[in-house]
Amino acid sequence: MERVAIIGASMTQFGQREEWVVDLLTEAALDCLEDAAVDASAVEHLYVSNMASGEFEGQSGVMNAVAHDIGAVPAYTQRVDQTSSSGGAGMYAAWQSVASGASEMTLLVGGEKMTHKTTGEATDVIASLTHPAEYKTGVTLPSFAGLTARHYLERFDAPRESLAKVAVKNHENGVDNPHAQFQKEIDVETVLESPIVADPLRLYDFCPITDGSAALLFCPESVAKEYADEYVVVAGIDGATDTHVVHEREDPTVMGGVVESGEGAYEMSGYGPDDVDVAELHDMFTILEFLQMEGLGFAEQGEAWKLVEEGYTERDTGELPINTSGGLKSKGHPLGASGVAQGVEIYEQLVGEAGPRQVDADVGLACNVGGFGNCVITTIMEAAR
Amino acid sequence: MTMEAYRYEDGSISYPGHPRSLDGSEPVDTIDLSEYTAEVITWTTSTATPPGVRQPNTLVIVEFDLSEASEDASRSQIEGEDGETVRAIGQATTDDVETGDTVRPVHVDELREPGAGIREPDSQEWDGYRFEPV
Repeated sequence: MERVAIIGASMTQFGQREEWVVDLLTEAALDCLEDAAVDASAVEHLYVSNMASGEFEGQSGVMNAVAHDIGAVPAYTQRVDQTSSSGGAGMYAAWQSVASGASEMTLLVGGEKMTHKTTGEATDVIASLTHPAEYKTGVTLPSFAGLTARHYLERFDAPRESLAKVAVKNHENGVDNPHAQFQKEIDVETVLESPIVADPLRLYDFCPITDGSAALLFCPESVAKEYADEYVVVAGIDGATDTHVVHEREDPTVMGGVVESGEGAYEMSGYGPDDVDVAELHDMFTILEFLQMEGLGFAEQGEAWKLVEEGYTERDTGELPINTSGGLKSKGHPLGASGVAQGVEIYEQLVGEAGPRQVDADVGLACNVGGFGNCVITTIMEAAR
Repeated sequence: MTMEAYRYEDGSISYPGHPRSLDGSEPVDTIDLSEYTAEVITWTTSTATPPGVRQPNTLVIVEFDLSEASEDASRSQIEGEDGETVRAIGQATTDDVETGDTVRPVHVDELREPGAGIREPDSQEWDGYRFEPV
């Protein structure tokens, strides 16, 4: 099986944008091709990660629109929807297209346009992924986070402040990311005094609603050497699911999809949790950073909050920097773009292009969560040697 | 009205029911959870609710112990065995709820306004049960 390299990366400004989804996707796609110095005519496969352009904007067929607008026709194209993990699923699809030998140049671009909707409308589009028995209760993804956070804090005797510290850390990292939606520091007090959204979680425990796009360019490692001196290799990647109905899971604090996809990615790569130098985790809600740290083996069950309290995950001083990009929390969460943007951050860290966010890293991991752990993709990348 | 959980050939139970259990077994019986009380495992009060949903919306995840039938349990199509539990999510009848509270299901004709949200009104049922502390 061909080793798959990533030779280019880009992301647009995240936040409230005037452009609509196809223009956002096109912007990131063209920037990525320029970053890799690859002409659009060389693209054989084009994957577009997007959760809900039809629901948000009334625009379907975004993959074909992007293929046309970037000049990649007649490349094969496909839209990838896996809700919030559409970006990670796109990475899996792009990896498969190259590893299988079906394509020698695969462009992945993920994006979403959301901010023109009210918070209630956007929340409802996302909540439409739930089972009818859940949906009719009015449950939202933030509600699941509140339910899980309370259970976690009570069961493991974790202080409420430990969740706030996740938000504080990721906002601090976001200050150095020029593409982040929020580039401002916050403190624990700000988090704990912000309005309640889903008790015990408050406004600053949640990521914002965001417009934006990100892109990555994949090719066989043998081809990568023609284009770049510095590139990364996808060492391991796997995806998994958990129950559709969230309360049916045996343990509310374990995301089975995180565990399964993590084990698959570790096995494929030959790396383990101790080998990971930097990680991007799906901090759509602060509690998710704890659950992923534990599911991926960075912490024992019920212990992640202690590592955060000890500074283990801090960017400049911690043993395992987590969410150096600012995470979804600070950078923003344009659904279909987020998993790709996680990959962009790991790519930049591994090729030494992360600027003031740079950490010393040879191996990086990204975990992209769809729904409330319903679908998960874990990707491990290594710097090319 | 019933709050119907499925029991599957492999012995597992789920609410709501599915065409197959997590291990792929077919359903063989139903259990009416509305005849049981349950314990609150966790709760939240959501203030940012979608269109057509009450605000605030206090939600609970509860656990039914099927070995502890209520007075009406004789009406169940099948009674639970010792140690059997099944969980459910639902709205609470009050914002004054705590983990560990005992609650009972209370039927409501419309849990949220059909058609106000994105989901097609005819695609699912909108009645169900709220959980009331006892």
